[in-house]
Amino acid sequence: MSAPEHLPEIDNGLLRFLTCGSVDDGKSTLIGRLLFDTKTILADTLSAIEKTSARRGTSAVDLSLLTDGLQAEREQGITIDVAYRYFSTGTRKYIIADAPGHEQYTRNMVTAASTANLAIILVDARKGVLTQTRRHSYLASLVGIPHLLVAVNKMDLVDYDQAVFERIKADYLAFAAKLGIGDVRFIPISALNGDMIVDRGERLAWYDGPTLLEILEAAPAAHTERAEDFRFPVQYVCRPQDSANPELHDYRGFMGRVESGEVGVGDAVTVLPSGAASRVKAIEIGGVRRERAIHEQSVTLLLEDEIDISRGDLIVKSAEAPAPVKEIDATLCWLSETPLSPARTYLVRHTTREVKAKVARIAHRVDVNTLAHEEASQLAMNDIARITLKLAQPIVADDYAANRATGAFIVIDESTNNTVGAGMIG
Amino acid sequence: MSTLTKQTLSHLDWLEAEAIHILREVAGQCANPVLLFSGGKDSICLLRLAEKAFRPGRFPFPLMHIDTGHNYPEVTEFRDRRAAELGERLIVRSVEDSMARGTVVLKHPGESRNKHQSVTLLEAIEEFSFDACIGGARRDEEKARAKERIMSFRDEFGQWDPKNQRPELWNLYNARSHKGENIRAFPISNWTELDVWQYIQREQLELPSIYFAHVRPVVRKNGLLQPVTPLTPAKAEDKVEDVLVRFRTVGDITCTAPVESDADTVDKILLETATTTITERGATRMDDQTSEASMEQRKKEGYF
Repeated sequence: MSAPEHLPEIDNGLLRFLTCGSVDDGKSTLIGRLLFDTKTILADTLSAIEKTSARRGTSAVDLSLLTDGLQAEREQGITIDVAYRYFSTGTRKYIIADAPGHEQYTRNMVTAASTANLAIILVDARKGVLTQTRRHSYLASLVGIPHLLVAVNKMDLVDYDQAVFERIKADYLAFAAKLGIGDVRFIPISALNGDMIVDRGERLAWYDGPTLLEILEAAPAAHTERAEDFRFPVQYVCRPQDSANPELHDYRGFMGRVESGEVGVGDAVTVLPSGAASRVKAIEIGGVRRERAIHEQSVTLLLEDEIDISRGDLIVKSAEAPAPVKEIDATLCWLSETPLSPARTYLVRHTTREVKAKVARIAHRVDVNTLAHEEASQLAMNDIARITLKLAQPIVADDYAANRATGAFIVIDESTNNTVGAGMIG
Repeated sequence: MSTLTKQTLSHLDWLEAEAIHILREVAGQCANPVLLFSGGKDSICLLRLAEKAFRPGRFPFPLMHIDTGHNYPEVTEFRDRRAAELGERLIVRSVEDSMARGTVVLKHPGESRNKHQSVTLLEAIEEFSFDACIGGARRDEEKARAKERIMSFRDEFGQWDPKNQRPELWNLYNARSHKGENIRAFPISNWTELDVWQYIQREQLELPSIYFAHVRPVVRKNGLLQPVTPLTPAKAEDKVEDVLVRFRTVGDITCTAPVESDADTVDKILLETATTTITERGATRMDDQTSEASMEQRKKEGYF
């Protein structure tokens, strides 16, 4: 490889995506192919997998070994949980959340999906749309991934037959309509041979759409294209009270991340749940003043008035203030081996606030394979249910469908401090 | 997919914003955190991120270095100077003190002290009752790190249990721990080596001089360049050469190897990093080559 004259500018941001499928679908091979063809795999890694391929008796280099995991996993022949992989094309940086298909699939997929803006759903061309395809699609839509890409893999094993691809596409669209999945695209690929991943190859000439990488390059990096309300959970309050610097004597900076929307100096804001109103006096990033801050930026806000604000409060624009609530309806995914007990009190972490909570009602459990509703009095690991929670103190929330950041919460078991549940309000 | 796009952050701005958010979550959730600062490039980035997260206030945590006593003097000098410039408190705890206490026992005098840092780290955590340690580890460094949480729970023995990690969803981090337990927080988990160098370039961060090309006596062994130093003298049969090298990581002298390079500026290092063909740890860490799973093993024993 020869050195470039200068580095290409990465100016197309960062895209987080999720790959769903089992080992049999060629998921590891697909990820290996993306890393390999974008030249992200380095010489010593390649030589290590060549050695392992030889030791395991495979002649060609097995790209799936690139995603081979921990010693603990190899010993048991299982994949424990979500792994994160990185590659860059020179114009965009990618974070892949690689969720294993079989073990603890719901827990892992929901975890991986929670930070992704696009999901690649792998379908084996020989097998077509399976129960697990429907399950993966349901979970992706449940967690609100805005863009789905159905990759029909192993086209090499069906002679690159367009009719096979078209039939799978029609099958998928029939059930996607029922799920209300909006943006879904289809692509025929062979991860093994590299067709239509980074390079087009020569065997899928009938397909005139973009390659898989071209689709990733063009996908919007923002979670939503809609204009969202400004939401700023306060993480930390900065009061330097530096006696040597009188300018800092009255400094009160409210530190946090703009979870959605944007804010400018002079905007009228309200602090929730207290309801106190003020205006934005200044916006700083690392001591540098800015006129405005956009979603995902970590900034410090200074307000015109002296208001008592602490971690856990939410700053919003006064015209867009949601009402505090003490009871929430939510879809809950249970993540713990210890079942959810309606008799117990849990801790709910929502934005930067923690409140005690109890289950008021389990409306029903959802069978992730058939989507049928079932009665339930408790929840086991990987269960998904519609529930109502009673809260000890109010939280200021939005529906998850309207706002991912203020609509999501996790459930913590105080006895172990484990994260035992993931919830979506609405 | 729609062609209309909302204004989004550049990848470096996004990574920076995420790291600042994580640092503030540690400060907001933990009573007594500490930031591990070695003078290496990753922890140098952490210090800049902490400035962006907390200035004009003081850092809500001290800095700490677990010193093997086998560091390059350029790095130790840099470490002390940088902490003083920032006006932040630096704690240094030494593997040699653990050896004197008898809690670290080397197999032989020349054994690398790198993995023994775990013992000294756990002793320091106990001494100061730290409930969280902020570190500069990245998921792209090594496969045992690819599955590590951003807020990674360690039990009373400092152990990491890969099969029993807390699920980590959205950006709702759970840094809770009971007394005696510990959280390791990794704000630059999602950064690659290239991201780190791009950030160093953009922020014009100063680095210890050994990161840049310099002439150094080395011996070629097992595909690595072993520096010849008073701690690692050449053997009679070794062929010592003066080679133009730079370090890609700075750790214990006995286990950190430089690579051949004429890159004497950050810009040149960036070009080299973008086109490099050897992963960072593979090229430079003798301890990670020992076995396929050696990082995983060390982390289970309480390593960073």
